[in-house]
Amino acid sequence: MKQIPKLTLGPVLYYWSRDDIYEFYRQAAEMPVDTIYLGETVCSKRRSLRTGEWIDLARELSRNTGKEIVLSTLSLLEAESELKTMRRICENGEFLVEANDMAAVQLLSRQKVPFTTGPTVNIYNVETLKVLIRQGLKRWVLPVELSKTTLKQIVNDLPDGIETEIFAYGRMPLTLSARCFTARSHNLPKDDCQYKCLDYPDGRLMSTQEKQPFLALNGIQTVSAQTCNLMGEIDELQLSGVDYLRISPQFRHTEKIADAFARSLRGETIPDVEPLAPLGFCNGYWHGESGLSQIPPDQR
Amino acid sequence: MELVCPAGNLPSLKAAVDNGADAIYFGLRNDTNARHFPGLNFNEKRAAEGITYARDRGKRVFMAINTYPRPEGWQRWQAAVDTAADLSVDALICADIGILEYAHRRWPDLPLHLSVQASGTNYEALQFYYDNFGIRRAVLPRVLSLSQVSHVIENTPVEIEVFGFGSLCVMVEGRCILSSYVTGQSPNTYGACSPAEFVEYKETPSGLESRLGGLLTDRYELGEQAGYPTICKGRFAVGDETFYAIEEPTSLNTLALLPQLHQAGIKAIKIEGRQRTPAYVGMVAKVWREAIDASLSDPDNFSPKAEWNRALNQVSEGATTTLGPYYRPWQ
Repeated sequence: MKQIPKLTLGPVLYYWSRDDIYEFYRQAAEMPVDTIYLGETVCSKRRSLRTGEWIDLARELSRNTGKEIVLSTLSLLEAESELKTMRRICENGEFLVEANDMAAVQLLSRQKVPFTTGPTVNIYNVETLKVLIRQGLKRWVLPVELSKTTLKQIVNDLPDGIETEIFAYGRMPLTLSARCFTARSHNLPKDDCQYKCLDYPDGRLMSTQEKQPFLALNGIQTVSAQTCNLMGEIDELQLSGVDYLRISPQFRHTEKIADAFARSLRGETIPDVEPLAPLGFCNGYWHGESGLSQIPPDQR
Repeated sequence: MELVCPAGNLPSLKAAVDNGADAIYFGLRNDTNARHFPGLNFNEKRAAEGITYARDRGKRVFMAINTYPRPEGWQRWQAAVDTAADLSVDALICADIGILEYAHRRWPDLPLHLSVQASGTNYEALQFYYDNFGIRRAVLPRVLSLSQVSHVIENTPVEIEVFGFGSLCVMVEGRCILSSYVTGQSPNTYGACSPAEFVEYKETPSGLESRLGGLLTDRYELGEQAGYPTICKGRFAVGDETFYAIEEPTSLNTLALLPQLHQAGIKAIKIEGRQRTPAYVGMVAKVWREAIDASLSDPDNFSPKAEWNRALNQVSEGATTTLGPYYRPWQ
């Protein structure tokens, strides 16, 4: 059965200045997305907005745009201060929360409020989904390394009332560490990182010794250098039971990408968007191949 | 404080038992465990032999099912849980929520440990697994400093096991997919990081090159020891510099922290290395047995013997070791 997925705007993964964040969400208010995920998911040292300000921004966007606003939580929790921030978000009482770690799942299920999970919560099969649905899960994001084949197998058996979202556009979050790789690339320890991430609003490129772009360092997170783009798979996506397509923000042109996705979903022909990405595109995971590969249309 | 040692085959299991391990962990010969390497691991018969050998000598045996089944593999993982129950292992080490649920419902008397691959880094996450599946123990990912480990222990009802020695995973285990980004196979899906079938070494005019899935991970000068091309331990270019951008080839070694780990309330120390030889397992078990005994009998005057560190360095990646994340400046 054909189903037109809705678009969502994922949380900003990078460290942007306060002004840049507010400017971005002024634009986001106009983007053709149904849902906006807000909040810091990578590093607790990034405080362009305080937790209360994220919640204020959520209220403002919710009031002015009518879009669904979801508060996203940190992905890797190590310190009590991070748990404290997460508790405040989970107990906000107004907005749906995206759990990016099992800690948030635990808190939200204990409060018996519905929640969603982001791409760093490991859901690889239906049995896992069933457990989490009992806890209050209403929407989940397919882990980025899983293919359309796995998605179909899961969706075929999907319990009623659960929504599926996939990471359809953006540099893919690949890993998290205790170590800050951006600070390390400046010979600085994490405790004195001098907020170097501010200089790399799409992450800092890491290439092989043959100059092949490979990864982008985003503090304690590492993302793909290539941007995952499933715009070319729209026809198939409409048949795969996916409810939401996530666009992960990049520093420039996110509004153009969102427009292109919306037009593409309406069946319009769109110009090549590859020049809008920081580097080239990839789609390998979706096709069951290595994540960095780009499978051309005639080989899909 | 229990010493938990790896076994990739029966000789390794025996070497661990004979040299002082309190418990041994192993996996089956398929992708249900995170050391899914050719020629490694146990079938049911060998596992039963190993368990008998260990039990006769008062030791415990744990089985690991620490990868994440996709729907097409679900029955294989389920069968692995049933095998663990049939073998009546002393504990089953799991990561996947669906598998934990199955094991808990189907075999309520089978003790469950939360694998490091479940990425449980804080006490709230551990509480989820305790409340839902009654886990008895959790293995912490290698991302916490010593004070953070202590804080988890103070706030959780489950026993805590930490890594003491072996290859150092720099990323939070269970949430790193660098391997599949390059090869299509990851520890979560396939049970191996940077699988050997994608590895290639080649002599070139600019030196020996190591590649993974065609991607250049490092280039070695004449006389330089070439390492295994695990992605996170290669040399890459960032800005104008080419260096070990993620981590040097090195192993974790926390011998020096033993009294503090005990003081913090750690219940078990895990040794990495099911893919290593019986000689490795025996030697490392022996060193750690001596060290743990020494640190328990006189914690105030404990310091690692030079011969222990020498022996461990010899079998370490890059012949060096680090305290890793336990030591804050490393982060």
